[in-house]
Amino acid sequence: MDNELLIQTEGLTRHYGPHVAVAGLELSLAKGEVLGLLGPNGAGKSSTMQMLTGNLAPSAGRILIDGIDLIDEPLKAKRLIGYLPEQPPVHRDLTVDEYLRFAARLHGLPAREVKTAVERAKTRCGLGDVGGRLIGNLSKGYQQRVGIAQAIVHAPMVVVLDEPTVGLDPIQIREIRALIRELGQEHGVILSTHILPEVQAVCDRVQIINRGRTVFADTLAGLADRHAAPVLMAGLAHAPAIDELRGIEGVSAVEPLPEGRFRITHAEEAGFAERLAALAAERGWGLCELTPERVTLEQIFTDLVYRERVEAAA
Amino acid sequence: MILTIAGNELRRMFYSPLAWAILAVVLFILALLFLVFIENFLTQVQPRFAGMDGAPGVTDSVVAPLLLWAGVLMLGIMPLITMRLFSEEKARGTLPLLLSSPVSMTQIVLGKYLGVLGFVAVMLGLIVLMPLSIAPATSLDWGKFASGLLGLVLLLASFAAAGLYLSTLSAQPAVAAVSSFGLLIFLVILYVSGSSPGSASELFVYLSHFGHFLSFLEGLFNSADLAYYLLFIATFLTLAVRRLDNERLQR
Repeated sequence: MDNELLIQTEGLTRHYGPHVAVAGLELSLAKGEVLGLLGPNGAGKSSTMQMLTGNLAPSAGRILIDGIDLIDEPLKAKRLIGYLPEQPPVHRDLTVDEYLRFAARLHGLPAREVKTAVERAKTRCGLGDVGGRLIGNLSKGYQQRVGIAQAIVHAPMVVVLDEPTVGLDPIQIREIRALIRELGQEHGVILSTHILPEVQAVCDRVQIINRGRTVFADTLAGLADRHAAPVLMAGLAHAPAIDELRGIEGVSAVEPLPEGRFRITHAEEAGFAERLAALAAERGWGLCELTPERVTLEQIFTDLVYRERVEAAA
Repeated sequence: MILTIAGNELRRMFYSPLAWAILAVVLFILALLFLVFIENFLTQVQPRFAGMDGAPGVTDSVVAPLLLWAGVLMLGIMPLITMRLFSEEKARGTLPLLLSSPVSMTQIVLGKYLGVLGFVAVMLGLIVLMPLSIAPATSLDWGKFASGLLGLVLLLASFAAAGLYLSTLSAQPAVAAVSSFGLLIFLVILYVSGSSPGSASELFVYLSHFGHFLSFLEGLFNSADLAYYLLFIATFLTLAVRRLDNERLQR
């Protein structure tokens, strides 16, 4: 993966009246990368995507698309983006071909290239045999594909897809995911979703957003690494000094969590948990919880989002 | 780019039954009126004024009322044409296609506006066939005819601009249609109240778009009237651009 950044945002912020939808979001996308934006409902995913595609003006911050400022030179920057909003922006009274031709012309393709571009987009989205049909008569899944075809017809550098698999059946979902992976090879793709396995299936990198902020960002490869290191979650009623825990043989890191809980990373060792329990009993730490941690995206997601909610309530 | 949007708009208009229904109804009604005016001219006007100098001719008693009625009919019809411009796109969520394309807001608005004008041109083209059909049999006053037609074009263009602006305000086409209709009727009422004997008001007549139309029908080409329409159109189109830009900035 090279380091050419297709999208870069600085302090992206958006208010709706007193409500802050996006608060100082930093986001970047490299070429050949699929970035998953994850977040609960109302986290600011859609607002972020609307800002990235020029549908919504940010209250503060900068957006660079391949080095071009979206706010200073919107026409130049928008040429490089393809966008599928939550609801596919299809004209129901046009046929697929007519609609895609219009979308291609609208994105500034010269007339002689339109035909091949439309054919290419149709083939990629599996729309080959519905070109002459009215979009309004197509099923939701096909309309969604027309929406994606519209976003890629002008071969943009960046494709922004807002919940591309919503409302599709499982087979269609698989096809769309395969398409997204394929797109990710030559374009950069940002997609938002709240389906966790989807991120694991198609993304190279994941960024979890909650209440307008990035609460977690890592590559999926990095996630797998976390998975590799054995981690114990320990709850201690009478916790000792953290250095005492760090001093235990085989422990490589200790991270204190609220309410007397600790996240202990240790070396690969079969009987470590047993040894830790014995030690806790011996020294009277009041062990009340000891669970091996399996780092899955789902866990990270629920932990982060839940913790934020608790903090917000406090 | 503007033409791409205009072309698409016009094409989609003719894909909907609405456009055809509107054309059919308007032409049917105007054709009936046209016959009535001719009948009236043949039985009433012609016998009475035959041989008089400066008497009202065919153009005054057939063509001018026809164009006037076309204008009156369009008070109700134009809102139906313009309501879909932005309201429907908002309601169906198709606006992002335009907004995320490399086109400016001005281009979007002008494109859609030209699309409507294209439809108006088709309609006027068909309406004009009626007076033209009697041209071989009589002598039309071409100057008056052209001036009246220009007036009608400007009047309808001003209706379209107002309707376009109002359709950016609402996501419901029906609301857009009703409010455009209200605005257009309001301007007519300004004329009626401004020119009524008791409370004549120059200002009201000036503000109303119908007042300016009537002088065109009389064959009076006044650049002040032309300027009125151009300003009217420019104002509403600018408002529409501003409104859509504000939507992106909404706080």
